[in-house]
Amino acid sequence: MLMRRIAYRSSMFVVAIASVVALWEFYKIVGPQDGGKLFGVSILPRANNTAMPHVWTMLSRYNRPEVRGSDTKIWSVVLSGTLFSLRLSLAGFFLGTTIGVGLAVLMSRFKVVQRGLLPYLVMSQTVPLIALAPLVVSWGGKLQIGSFEWPRWLSASILGTFLAFFPIAVGTLRGLASAPVAAVELMDSYAASWKQILFKLRFPAAVPFMVPAFKLGASGAVVGVVVAEISTGLKGGIGRLIIEYAREATGDPAKVFTAVFGAAALGITMSGIVALSDVLLMRNRPKETSA
Amino acid sequence: MSALEVVGVSKIFNQGTPKQVDALVDVNLTVNPSEFVSLIGPSGCGKSTLLRLIANLLEPTSGAVSVNKKTAAQARLDQDYGMAFQQAGLFDWRTVSKNIELPLELKGWDKTKREARAKEMLELVKLPEFADLYPWQLSGGMQQRIAIARALAAHPPLLLMDEPFGALDEMTREYMQGELLRICGETATTVVFVTHSIPEAVYLSNRVIVMSPRPGRITSVIDVDLGSKRNEDTRAADGFFRSITAVREALRGTHAEHASANAIRGVEDR
Repeated sequence: MLMRRIAYRSSMFVVAIASVVALWEFYKIVGPQDGGKLFGVSILPRANNTAMPHVWTMLSRYNRPEVRGSDTKIWSVVLSGTLFSLRLSLAGFFLGTTIGVGLAVLMSRFKVVQRGLLPYLVMSQTVPLIALAPLVVSWGGKLQIGSFEWPRWLSASILGTFLAFFPIAVGTLRGLASAPVAAVELMDSYAASWKQILFKLRFPAAVPFMVPAFKLGASGAVVGVVVAEISTGLKGGIGRLIIEYAREATGDPAKVFTAVFGAAALGITMSGIVALSDVLLMRNRPKETSA
Repeated sequence: MSALEVVGVSKIFNQGTPKQVDALVDVNLTVNPSEFVSLIGPSGCGKSTLLRLIANLLEPTSGAVSVNKKTAAQARLDQDYGMAFQQAGLFDWRTVSKNIELPLELKGWDKTKREARAKEMLELVKLPEFADLYPWQLSGGMQQRIAIARALAAHPPLLLMDEPFGALDEMTREYMQGELLRICGETATTVVFVTHSIPEAVYLSNRVIVMSPRPGRITSVIDVDLGSKRNEDTRAADGFFRSITAVREALRGTHAEHASANAIRGVEDR
């Protein structure tokens, strides 16, 4: 049953990738080489090899050196950049989860906190990340708490946290409140403590709300980290590779795509990790399809 | 020695505001050990409120409730009663066995003792083979039996039930009534049972307490003399119908005071 689901999902994934490849190559055949205009506005992308390299050109680029004459193949550079950003994203995600779940528990415990805090949390998400990035990154090397010196990479993680914590806090809060009144009354009739009700009733009841929130949080962490890397030029990550390679887009158009695919793989890996938690946490729950 | 004593209890919601509701006024009730007492009355007569006052889920505005010679609050802390609601309210993420263990877990019992007790309770409700299934894999009647097993897991002397069979179909309902009598007979449990159904109240109870709304109060108490051994034949006995008529007339009486000739809302006549 589980194996069949996994097999089905992976085959759908392959089909989806193949369709995108087919669409890309199809457009390269029918699309205008120098772009198309509709009512005087250039709307159709250029189909030439500089703007849209062939799929095989992009793939074979992985096996060539990063810079002419170098021994390092580009795939290893992209891979290590992706892994670097993955570590940052994971750190941001876990920090975001801790903060998000912590805030949700606090807000569900004290209605005053919820009324006072929630509007600010919503507002915090309207601040553009690009504006925030240089500020947070400037903490790097300047901030020192005791013997702990703020490393530059932590700033990128923090921006991931900034995007990750919000959906997790809101989803968890809704989940904690989703425990039926009758179930809370039942726990009260057993004279259960607040902590017992939280761990034996509210958190288990919140799981179906928390899993989708984690999915949003995970992709938020990736976006936050990559944007932080791009806007501040943090070395080592996939974001930095994207801006570096984009500069060579005219001479070596396939190069930037190798990094873009790395970023996509990063996002897929993160959602894969969360999807695994979904399968594990929801395995004994009623299936929605049975309704 | 009484299992439950309610003395001069009143409950007023939103006191002193325009929305004031006199849910219960001066209610007195004594229940003896192993007695089965039903509370019946139209919607809004305060029968569920009375049950929640006994359970200490609500505090009375005046008067006192004692369970086993303890205050209601102490009885709740000591888990001297078990409770079952209209919805079985089992936790989806726990197996049947773990659901029954819930009150024992909260009391701090160790694992082996809990598992042994859960097994014993499953035997009692005749569902031993379902221990490792999840509640959503069971029918409504089975779920309700598990809820009763959970309510009785800590062997409380008192069982409080709020329309536990209200959501079941008629056949299942009659079967469950027989099972409940058997279980309470075997465990010598005292029961306070809230229901909308006159035949259900009569079939199960030693006494039927008839209540009336605005303000909520007890209007009459009807002794049901059907003996202690009840079975499917009881439902055809003369005494069964006599008691049903007595309860029905008592309910009509409560209604006549409100000068409306319509059928009593919220009470099933079947």
